[in-house]
This record gives sequence, C-alpha cells and structure tokens, in this order.
Amino acid sequence: MFDELQDLYQQVILDHSRSPRNYRVLPSANKTAQGLNPLCGDSITLYLRIEGGRVEEATFQGAGCAISKASASLLTETVKGKTPDEIRALFDHVHEMVTTGKATSSDLGKLAVFAGVHKFPARVKCAILPWHAALAALEGKEEKVSTE
Amino acid sequence: MHSSTSHHNPASRRGEDCQTWLDLPETAGESRNQVHLSKAAGAGAPAELAHRFAALELFRSDFPVLGQAVNGNPLIYFDNAATTQKPFAVIHAIERYYSKDNANVHRGIHELSNRASAAYEAARARAAQFLNAGSASEIVFTRSTTEAINLVAQSWGMANIGAGDAILLTEMEHHSNIVPWQLLAKRVGARLVYLPVTGMDGLLDLSRLDDLLVPPVKLFAFTHISNTLGTINPVADLCAKARKRGITTLVDAAQSAGHMPIDVQEIGCDFLACSGHKLCGPTGTGLLYGRQELLEAMPPWQAGGDMISSVDFFESSWNIVPHKFEAGTPHIAGAIGLHAAFDYLDRVNRTLIFEHDRFLGELAYERLSGVSGIKILGPQKGRAGLVSFLFDDVHAHDLVTIMDRFGVALRGGHHCNQPLMRKLGIISTVRASFYFYNTATEVERFIDCLKESLKIFSGA
Ligand SMILES: Cc1ncc(COP(=O)(O)O)c(C=O)c1O
Repeated sequence: MFDELQDLYQQVILDHSRSPRNYRVLPSANKTAQGLNPLCGDSITLYLRIEGGRVEEATFQGAGCAISKASASLLTETVKGKTPDEIRALFDHVHEMVTTGKATSSDLGKLAVFAGVHKFPARVKCAILPWHAALAALEGKEEKVSTE
Repeated sequence: MHSSTSHHNPASRRGEDCQTWLDLPETAGESRNQVHLSKAAGAGAPAELAHRFAALELFRSDFPVLGQAVNGNPLIYFDNAATTQKPFAVIHAIERYYSKDNANVHRGIHELSNRASAAYEAARARAAQFLNAGSASEIVFTRSTTEAINLVAQSWGMANIGAGDAILLTEMEHHSNIVPWQLLAKRVGARLVYLPVTGMDGLLDLSRLDDLLVPPVKLFAFTHISNTLGTINPVADLCAKARKRGITTLVDAAQSAGHMPIDVQEIGCDFLACSGHKLCGPTGTGLLYGRQELLEAMPPWQAGGDMISSVDFFESSWNIVPHKFEAGTPHIAGAIGLHAAFDYLDRVNRTLIFEHDRFLGELAYERLSGVSGIKILGPQKGRAGLVSFLFDDVHAHDLVTIMDRFGVALRGGHHCNQPLMRKLGIISTVRASFYFYNTATEVERFIDCLKESLKIFSGA
C-alpha cells in the first residue's frame, strides 16, 4: 500500500471502524449532540452522561466513513473520566494534530493514529466531526453541528 | 497492496504529448498521421465502433490537464459530471481575447469594444446553433445551469405561478432543480409534486405521469440525464405530453448538452438550462434557452446596466430580449471560451461522443457487476456515461480517497441528489463519469484499482 494511505488507514482505525466501541444510543445521557457533514450527508450522534463534573459514559451512533467512525469510537473511549475542560483542551490538540500532523500533547494517547489525516485535507473534517459534536454536547446545544 | 506499477504502462504516450503540445494543431485528431490507436480503446464494441472510439482518443492531447501524473500515477479523470476538462482551443480563445480584444461590451464606440461586443454576440448566435434554437435572442447567458433555473423560477415563476398552483418535478432532480422551486412555492403559496423514480434501477415511473401532469400543475421541470443514476429521460415525449395539456416545461440539460446533440425544437421544451463548464467551456458560463414569446412576456429578474432601454429617476423601461435578463457586465471572456467549446465539440462530433460515453457507461456497469458486495444505481442498459455505486461496509469517501492515490479522480457523496438518495435508503455513493477523452483501458484500470482498494477494508 502507499505509505500515506497506510498512515491514514492504520490498523487501529480500520479496527475501530469495523467494530466501533460504545456504538449505541445512551438513554441515560444528559448531554447529546449531532454532528453533520453536509458534503457527504454523514451524521454522528454523540451521547454523554456527565456526573460529578466528569464523563461517566460516552456512546455514539450514526453513519460515517471509516475515519469519522473510528474517530467517534476512539473519542468515546478517550473522554471517559475527563472533565469538560479537559475535553475542550483535548479538542484543540486533536484539531492541531489532524491539520498539521504534530502531536502537541501526550494526552492524545491512542488518538495519535489520526496524525496521518493531515496529508488528506479533504478528510480532516471526517476526523474532527465527532469532536465538534462533543464540544456542542458540552455546551448543551441541542441543535445539529456541522463541519461547514 | 502494491503501488500500481504492475498494471499500467507508464504515461509514456501522454508524457510525449505533454512535451510536444506546442507543436500540435488545436484539434489534434484532425491532422495527425502517426496515430497510435489503443488496441483496447473499444474493447467489446463492434469493430467499426471500436475504430471510431479509438480515433476519439487522439483528442486527449488537446487537453493539457490529462497528460499529468497524480500521486505518481497517470491521471484518470472520471469526474466529468462535475466538470469537464478544457481543450487548448478554449484556453487559447480566452487568452486571445484578453490579449487582443478585451473591452466592455454594448456601450463602447471604440474598436476594442466593437470587437468584444461582436465576439460576445457571435457566441450567443453560436449557442443558438448548438442547441438549434430558432434565434439568438432565445439564448440568455448565465453563470450556470443553477442560475438559469433560478432565473426562470424568479422571473417566469413569480409571474405565472400563484397560490394553489403546483410545480411537477421528478424525484431524480439535482438540488438546483428542486430548491429554486421550493423557494418560489413558499413565496407564492404553490405546491411541489414529484414524479416518482422506480427504485435502484432509476427510471421515471411513467405510469404515474398522466395522473400527475394535470391542473393545477403549471410547470413540469425535469432532468434530461440524471447525474447520479445515469438515466436518460425521454424528454421529447415528456414535453409533448405537457404541451398538450398547456403545461410549461423546463429541461435541465446540465448532463446532456455536452454529451449528445441537443435540438430544443425537436425536444419541444419551453426552457432548457445547461452549464458551459460541463461541456469543455469555462466555469462561470451557462445558458438558458427560452421560447421567444415566453421570454418576451417575462419580467426582468436582476436589474442594473445593460438590461434597460431607458432609465428615469423613478421609472425604467427594459431592453429587448435577451438583454433584459443580462444585467451588468457579462462574463465576456467566458462566452468567448464557450463559443470555442461549441466549435470544438462539433468537430469531435456529438453523436460519436454520445455513443462512446454510453459505451463506457455500459462497460463500467458490466465490469462493476463482477465486484463482490457492490450495489449499482440506475439502469443497466441505455444508460449515460456515468455509474454510481456503493458497498454496504465501505464508505464512498474512503474509496475515493484511496482511488485518488492511484491517480483516479472520482466523486463520493450525495451528488446533490439527497432526496433521491434518502428514498433509496443510501447516504452516499461513488461516481465515475466519463467523457470522450476517456478510454476503455482507463475503465479497466479503474476496476483493477477499485479491487485493490477494497482489499484494505476486507483485511486482505
Ligand atoms: C443534473 C444537474 N443539474 C444541475 C447541475 C448544476 O450545474 P451547475 O453547478 O453548473 O449550475 C448539475 C451539476 O452538477 C447537474 O448534474
């Protein structure tokens, strides 16, 4: 495979897109938001249950490409136990990484697999979509967020 | 997966074209003798057709874009339904205009303005000939198909559609032939009605037409060729039915005008819209054809210079058709480039283009049918030169990203057909769309690359 493609479609990403973690509706969620990519019609709904100022549970559902699905799947794993402020800070690091390829925080952990996305400008939106949904959910916005 | 060097020849022929284009005549196909006919150009076509298709391949060298490598592989440009590439004839016409004749039109007296005005109006006359309109005054220059439809909706629509009236569309319309009518309907209190599409085979359900093409329907607007399904609609029959019932017709010819001969009188439509950039012309160009009496009776839609005959502080009167609909300085260079595109396409021969594109469409359909897990949209036979398809477990955008690394330019998404896609229960498809400069060899390579790409997701 071409090297750059290999960076984009890493095993972790393929694995999470084939069998996404926390892929279900969360009836007990107290924060939720839908992320919509109008270019392709993909949408991802993110459900958060926040208790005592930390995310207790995070799930998602929706239709998307391998990148957005894997990003959502890894997001739900990553944000568990984090405070809204920590998640907002993480958003900035993820955003920086998918647009420049530079990992600016050691908190990124497994999310580092998305560094390869920056070589595919058309796909940055796919990776960041679930993170926009997370921010919107934390703001308590009920309306759809869009990558545009 | 290996990078694809094993199954294509390096771009040697294209490479040569790249270096020598300056020496070539603008229509290479006409006068080059040492031609290298690709043996596969018409694979599967009857021998005589194969030979004629192979001759089309010569025109490739008129398109500077096609000679390049993308991501290390020879470019295979299969996104022609979005926009086509431009031949030197068009590029040079624009360059010549800006280098020698540039001036504003219609209001100058000096030499350059005379030249620019003459060239602009010559382009209009050529457009009329290209569509076989009765006269040049039936041609309005627009930015695009989209703008042409908006013009009709805002001008003719506001004057002729009222509360309680209905507009009949089809379920396969592009957003640009839906949303302007939605706006109009909301504004005047009219209703939209849709002629259904049968399903994945993508045909209009004509059995419903007689029931739907009735009062209070005032307008029937439909596409000639579907940009997602590849369906070719029987436009002349549809127009004849509507005309008998006194219903005005608009044909969206965005996907057909560059791919087949178009004769608005034979089609019998009241309006026809098309985009210059989808037929080898510059972006920012389009045409509205309207029957003279209709245009005469329509109010202006944008106001400003050029569209008036006289302006007073409180009242103005309008210029004659079609200038009434062209406010402000037009896209003069665009019209001149478009003129060159019309000439070019007629030299290539639109009847042959139609046969060739349909041949590639059917070839692609047949080859894709052999790929496991695929779903293909639209009719198997009698389709235009484009194919949309999808897989249950692989997303269109992932495939398009990977195919791009092979140098294959495709489109993934909803193709501005969201209502249709929703009806079919799908979100996005991959689309390959062909033009006369594409070859059967490219289709075969596209299939090979597709199979390679799918391996990434099957875990092989
Ligand atoms: C069937 C159809 N109608 C209308 C359009 C709109 O064309 P334009 O964007 O040039 O206005 C397109 C272009 O994609 C099309 O395929």
